Amino acid sequence: MLYRESGQFKTSYRADQAIFPIRQDRIALMVLLAVVFILVPFVADEYWLGSILTPLLVLSLAAIGLNILTGYAGQLSLGTAGFMAVGAFAAYNLNLRVPELPLIVDFLLAGVFAALVGMVFGLPSLRIKGFYLAVATLAAQFFIEWVFTHVGWFTNYSSSGVISAPPMVIMGVTVDSAVEKYLLTLVMVAVLALAAKNMVRSRIGRSWMAVRDKDVSAEVIGIPLLATKLSAFGISSFYCGVAGALWTYCYLGTVEPAAFDLSRSFQVLFMIIIGGVGSILGSFLGAGFIVLLPILLNNIAAMIGHGTLQADTMANLEHIIFGGLIIFFLIVEPHGLARLWQIAKEKLRLWPFPY
Amino acid sequence: MTSDLNFFFEVLFGGLLSGIMYSLVALGFVLIYKASGVFNFAQGSMVLFAALTFVGILEMGVPFWPALLLCLLVMMLLAVGIERIVLRPLVNQPPIALFMATIGLSYLLEGLGQGIWGTQVRALDLGIEDLPNEMIQEALGIQVSTFDLFSAGCAAVLVGGLALFFNKTRVGLALRAVADDHQAALAVGIPLQHVWAIVWAAAGLVALVAGLLWGSRLGVQFSLSLVALKALPVLILGGFTSVAGAIVGGLIIGASEKLAEVYISTFTGGAVAAIENWFPYMLALLFLLVRPQGLFGEKIIERV
Amino acid sequence: MSVSEKQIGDVILRCDNISLSFGGVRALTNISIDVREHEILAIIGPNGAGKSSMLNVINGVYHPQEGSVTYQGQTRRAMKPHETARHGIARTFQNIALFKGMSVLDNIMTGRYTKMKRNFLWQALYVGPNLKEEIEHREVCERVIDFLQIENIRKTPVGRLPYGLQKRVELGRALAAEPQLLLLDEPMAGMNVEEKEDMCRFILDVNDEFGTTIVLIEHDMGVVMDISDRVAVLDYGKKIADGSPAEVRANQDVIDAYLGVAH
Repeated sequence: MLYRESGQFKTSYRADQAIFPIRQDRIALMVLLAVVFILVPFVADEYWLGSILTPLLVLSLAAIGLNILTGYAGQLSLGTAGFMAVGAFAAYNLNLRVPELPLIVDFLLAGVFAALVGMVFGLPSLRIKGFYLAVATLAAQFFIEWVFTHVGWFTNYSSSGVISAPPMVIMGVTVDSAVEKYLLTLVMVAVLALAAKNMVRSRIGRSWMAVRDKDVSAEVIGIPLLATKLSAFGISSFYCGVAGALWTYCYLGTVEPAAFDLSRSFQVLFMIIIGGVGSILGSFLGAGFIVLLPILLNNIAAMIGHGTLQADTMANLEHIIFGGLIIFFLIVEPHGLARLWQIAKEKLRLWPFPY
Repeated sequence: MTSDLNFFFEVLFGGLLSGIMYSLVALGFVLIYKASGVFNFAQGSMVLFAALTFVGILEMGVPFWPALLLCLLVMMLLAVGIERIVLRPLVNQPPIALFMATIGLSYLLEGLGQGIWGTQVRALDLGIEDLPNEMIQEALGIQVSTFDLFSAGCAAVLVGGLALFFNKTRVGLALRAVADDHQAALAVGIPLQHVWAIVWAAAGLVALVAGLLWGSRLGVQFSLSLVALKALPVLILGGFTSVAGAIVGGLIIGASEKLAEVYISTFTGGAVAAIENWFPYMLALLFLLVRPQGLFGEKIIERV
Repeated sequence: MSVSEKQIGDVILRCDNISLSFGGVRALTNISIDVREHEILAIIGPNGAGKSSMLNVINGVYHPQEGSVTYQGQTRRAMKPHETARHGIARTFQNIALFKGMSVLDNIMTGRYTKMKRNFLWQALYVGPNLKEEIEHREVCERVIDFLQIENIRKTPVGRLPYGLQKRVELGRALAAEPQLLLLDEPMAGMNVEEKEDMCRFILDVNDEFGTTIVLIEHDMGVVMDISDRVAVLDYGKKIADGSPAEVRANQDVIDAYLGVAH
């Protein structure tokens, strides 16, 4: 009864083009933003902020990036973590070598570097599709990992290959507590998520989806294939790059190639499959699901009296559950949690009088 | 022969023979791709799963040959299970959805295999030495491992058998029809389910052989599933649909990888080392730009 | 019918001696066709005669081995499809080639692609110039939707629509590009009589109201003879006749091609 759009008449195309045309959605979003920006920093403890919410947000950003490429433009990528690594190392090196630049600029430039690398590895996409392209993105993953492990300049010739991220100073304020890092991540993620949502409902987003759905007719309608695919690779990698920089600075606190291995790429891919391929909201839902599920499992194990599970048992269990869930979602709901949410909303619009 | 040249040939042969090991894994991919249009990312996990199961059965005190048979049975049951649970509900879905399902499957198998049989590294001894073959050393003066020769022999037998199976039997014909078009195959009365189960069982057999050979070389452990990642460039080079391509691609990748590893790091004074992770990919990628369908793949013509 | 009164202008597209082959198979042999401004030209012929290949040559999907295409004073052998789109050529496909994951409105909005100018940074912000542009083009698309009478399905994903409506949406996507030359590949294939009548009316209205030049491929002879100003007949990759519907109907080669002839 509460979630109803009757009486809300749209009288202009402008109103019809809004992100949230229904008033209740706008109110819900305001409440959500108030909670994550104001309430959470007050009530959540350091563990929740630093070890759960911050990585969740960063991975959501990476998932948005992958979703732009895979969900919207239809180009499957297994190199997400590689592009994150480019962002992480670019941010570190910019900070180290051009200290005059403000940190936020470093982060954004890190995204730009990742975008450039992403576009180079996107070049084969004109000639190859599907699995072949997926394998080509694996090449990016392995090559980038190798470069950061073996070329000393990137790690500033550190002997261990693991470097602490330098302290973050933004406009004179040192960002070092869990709350501050959380808020910084939240602001970045919120702004970039809004930008992504805007892009996918504009011309560029339509051109991505057109290429995904039917590339021949996309080209016939005037959409240049290579430029469009490269724009998807570039913008997607920008998001991954910024996510990589945030992962390093706001979550890990160290810069190391091992944080961006192939399993990270798969983790992000799983997020968009479970959350919803081709949905910005789904990127958040998927990240939330994948980050929170292992914690939930551990808690359940503790409750039924096994104590905390051993690490390798836990890892195997996670593998089994995630693998099973991927198959389950692909079979039962290929559009993931986002579609379930949408169905729930449609049901709710008629509830409690569906006739 | 000068020692330089000798060394070159040793590296080359070593590379070619390890290439055959890649081919063995790639063969499993080709088999499934040819018969169902599915790019089975889980092939590597099947290799791991097969090796783990075999070692597990051996450790229970079962002798070698019964254990092999038992393990084969397990792989066949697995194939039937995969067909029933994963593939059947996804008939007519876009290939990319099936591909992602096999990524899920690979996680599932890794977790399951290690959950059942444990995660520690195990040795597997097939009774063949991984030492230079004395006969060849005397005849040609270069060192080639007996084990490598043995695995090359295994690969040859497998490939020969599969080629016969694909080209000379009724089931083989059905497989090729299914690969071309699921719906059309169903329409002419080919039992899709049986065909899929058969081909996954065959891929399971290939995985078992690859698992035993790789397992006895590297030890049976998680990293076995990563062997699959080595097979991917082989596939790109050889084409997804060609058994011959898998073999030739494996040989090329194996040889060039070893040669590049040895010579590039020598030339650069060790500055560029440990490139075996990405070198085959780059090679395959460059090749792809020239010939997108691979060496022996079928050219796809899109109609408007 | 207004066809007889309308002004048919100069030649806007000229294909000279086009030959196209795939491997060893000759799809088109030495074909020359002119298209005049504002006319409706039908290309007919038995299956496999090379009709679709001809359209594909015109808008750049296939590149002929020999011959040239002159359009808007420019002569070329090969041009990318997205470039021909920019020069005002739009088309529909024999098998529906809509963007299945998108709504009707979004499909039609992609037709506006070449007319929209804001770069992606504005699109990321959405407000200001980008919003203005989106709304401007939405208005154009709404006029197309109105013209084709598909207002009630504008937000429906195209995958859920019946075949006839999908064909109509595809026409809408092409119209949204405001083409000078519209290529229609079997726009009425698989339709029932009523749907065919609707589609005929839309085609004639487009030609009439917007002055769009139309080249269409169609198998239904009744439709072809009724709506086209001129008919070209292909058989085995060669042009065997070209003229008014009445002339073509009387042409002995055409009768032979369709009915077969004793050798």
